[in-house]
Amino acid sequence: MELSVLWFILLTVLFIGFFFLEGFDYGVGILLPFLGKNDTERRVIINTIGPVWDGNEVWMITAGGAMFAAFPHVYATLFSGFYLALFLMLMALIVRGVAFEFRSKDENQTWRSTWDLMIFIGSAIPAILWGVTVTNLIQGVPINANMQYVGTFFDLLSPYTLVGGIAFFLVFTFHGALYLTLKTEGDMVARARQAAIKAGVFAAVFCLLLVGLTYSRTDLFASTGAGIALWGAVALFVAALRAVYRQRFGLGFILSSLTVMLTTIAFFWGLFPRLMVSSLNPAWSLTITNSASSQYTLTIMTVAAVALVPVVLVYQGWVYWMFRKRVSAKELEY
Amino acid sequence: MEELILSRWQFGITTIYHFLFVPLTLGLSLIVAILETIYVRTGNEMYKQQTKFWGKLFLINFAMGVVTGIVQEFHFGMNWSEYARFMGDIFGAPLAMEALTAFYLESVFIGLWIFGWDRIPKVLHAVSIWIVALATNLSAFWILTANSFMQSPVGYVINNGRAEMTDFVALITNPYVLYQFPHTVLSGFVTAGFFVLAISAYHLIRRTHLDFFRASFQLGLIWSIVSLFLLMGSGHAQTQFMAKAQPMKLAAAEALWETANPAPFAVAAIIDEQNKTNTAELKIPGLLSMLANNNPNTAVKGIKDIEQEYIAQYGPGNYVPAVTPVFWSFRIMVAAGSLMLLVVLAAGFFWWRGQLEERPWLLKAVLWSLPLPYIANSTGWFVTEGGRQPWIVFGLQRVEEAVSPSVGAVSIWISLVGFTLVYAVLAAAAVYLVQKFVRQGPGISSDQPKQPAAKGAALWS
Repeated sequence: MELSVLWFILLTVLFIGFFFLEGFDYGVGILLPFLGKNDTERRVIINTIGPVWDGNEVWMITAGGAMFAAFPHVYATLFSGFYLALFLMLMALIVRGVAFEFRSKDENQTWRSTWDLMIFIGSAIPAILWGVTVTNLIQGVPINANMQYVGTFFDLLSPYTLVGGIAFFLVFTFHGALYLTLKTEGDMVARARQAAIKAGVFAAVFCLLLVGLTYSRTDLFASTGAGIALWGAVALFVAALRAVYRQRFGLGFILSSLTVMLTTIAFFWGLFPRLMVSSLNPAWSLTITNSASSQYTLTIMTVAAVALVPVVLVYQGWVYWMFRKRVSAKELEY
Repeated sequence: MEELILSRWQFGITTIYHFLFVPLTLGLSLIVAILETIYVRTGNEMYKQQTKFWGKLFLINFAMGVVTGIVQEFHFGMNWSEYARFMGDIFGAPLAMEALTAFYLESVFIGLWIFGWDRIPKVLHAVSIWIVALATNLSAFWILTANSFMQSPVGYVINNGRAEMTDFVALITNPYVLYQFPHTVLSGFVTAGFFVLAISAYHLIRRTHLDFFRASFQLGLIWSIVSLFLLMGSGHAQTQFMAKAQPMKLAAAEALWETANPAPFAVAAIIDEQNKTNTAELKIPGLLSMLANNNPNTAVKGIKDIEQEYIAQYGPGNYVPAVTPVFWSFRIMVAAGSLMLLVVLAAGFFWWRGQLEERPWLLKAVLWSLPLPYIANSTGWFVTEGGRQPWIVFGLQRVEEAVSPSVGAVSIWISLVGFTLVYAVLAAAAVYLVQKFVRQGPGISSDQPKQPAAKGAALWS
């Protein structure tokens, strides 16, 4: 296999890991103000992702680093082109990360509710923006012959990409609510289930809208594999919703995880072998060929990734295992 | 052009903020790891309190270091897209390695450490902070590897209009990084040492939690003295290397316009950059030759001669960095370092004689020297980055060629103002928390007996 193809797959894997893991912790952050009625409950909700959110976020950092190393032109065009969107996302991630650490370090109610709001904003904005970004990538953005983005911030916002943003937001909320059904106790489980059903019903509508618009606005369905993956994701999502309704939360979480993963696969598959589609001229799209690093760099990176990614999976999985118990309001020492 | 200037300001501001928090975490993570190891080996509860107290202050800084670091990773693509295109083949690799070998370890094990107290075996808990500490320092190695290529490129060819890597081993054994890494890491150790010393001194002055802060002070003192001597040694070695690798940076840091043999060291100078001369200077004969070459009777090249060489090599252009700020930054860094040495040696002397606590003025001096390492860190980086101008990658790409053509001034203004304001607010919150915990002292809230651990239901039930 060509190394650039392998790196396209690796990048997809990094985004799968990122959307699956950060998907539920964005969802938990979004639900924080709605499900946490008092300070203890909010602390419980935060503690369900407390030990792991930072590790989850590194999947995005690594995807960024991998993009820089393997496809520097994509890294350059995407981040300079989507400048203000990325700026918004970074601001959100900054206040979110600090909020987790600072929130409980002071008793003051204003202090705490401010940081709780930051966790909500810091989770909601990236969730929406990732949906907007992914749909923009496949729909195509104005990229000229010199690989430069020639549009504005508002060119990134179209009915299709906004539906993409809302769909991602709702699916992540659903995913997070399911995670909470597995990680909390008592009354909170029932409330998380209610939230999952509410978010899930809206999400189902927007997912269908997303699929329909993807059909009319993009060439994703030109690839049979991508088409099957996207329909598969919708089917799994409906099954997940049904599982929640029947209170089979473990199954529901597995299904919602698979939904997120399959959606990611569908969009990357639809992109292949392109990474950014040019709306001005198909020949100006950024592909794995015209945007890749040298063979030497890709080889070095492949060796590193093959050696290290399994190790990362092992210790990150192990930490999830260490914190496998439900979070109890009785042990909130942190 | 406006975009270039704004992007440079944005990079400067976000980097300085990032580097206000990172050096402390390089050293303090190790200090916390050492304290916890002592606790695990001796079972002495006081060291558990030490671990928790310094650990809490570490975490506040760590969080700020992490979130400001996210911006660092992405702004190469945002503001410097042509740099990213030109250098991605080389710069991306250490960045991806940093994520794979350091960021995952740090972020996963910090979670285990924060939430693992009394939940996982003690040894495993101590091991996790060691992993965090080593990963944090490893992370510094990778980013400095990338930076060192920008200072002194090795192991590459220029192909298809971009720099392509040909030798990864040469990249990570770049002589530049072998000098820069120890100096940077040690500056972090010194920062942490002074942080511990200053806070301990605060309580020793107020005579609160005496045993606790005597123990901290002692550790901070030994740690700081050792790190400071190593730091100064590494700084000297780096300056000598700079004389060979980046003669222009050295000449600018010394405001040495004309080649001189022997070269004097200017303690202070009034610099006239327009006319390329110093209108007044206070100098020590032969000292610069001594510093650069270990021999007072050797020549050190001046800015004007090096400029002529660069024009011959790279074509017409302005190759002289902003001499005045580089010159003074270098002096401020050295002066701050010397003051720190003076303070710890005096404190160490009276500590050894058992008379330190009778000398509140000295304890106050220790407390008030806390800004010194921060000043030294920032000015030191300014010399490194400012002295490299006009190059972003030395000899290969100029800063003005690196900026993103697709990003307009309005966008950069928005991000410049946005980051600056948010960073300022967050830094204020961090300072508020640090001073609150410092005043509070150790162990007040966490001394309460833990509630018995409830039997939580398993995840899949």
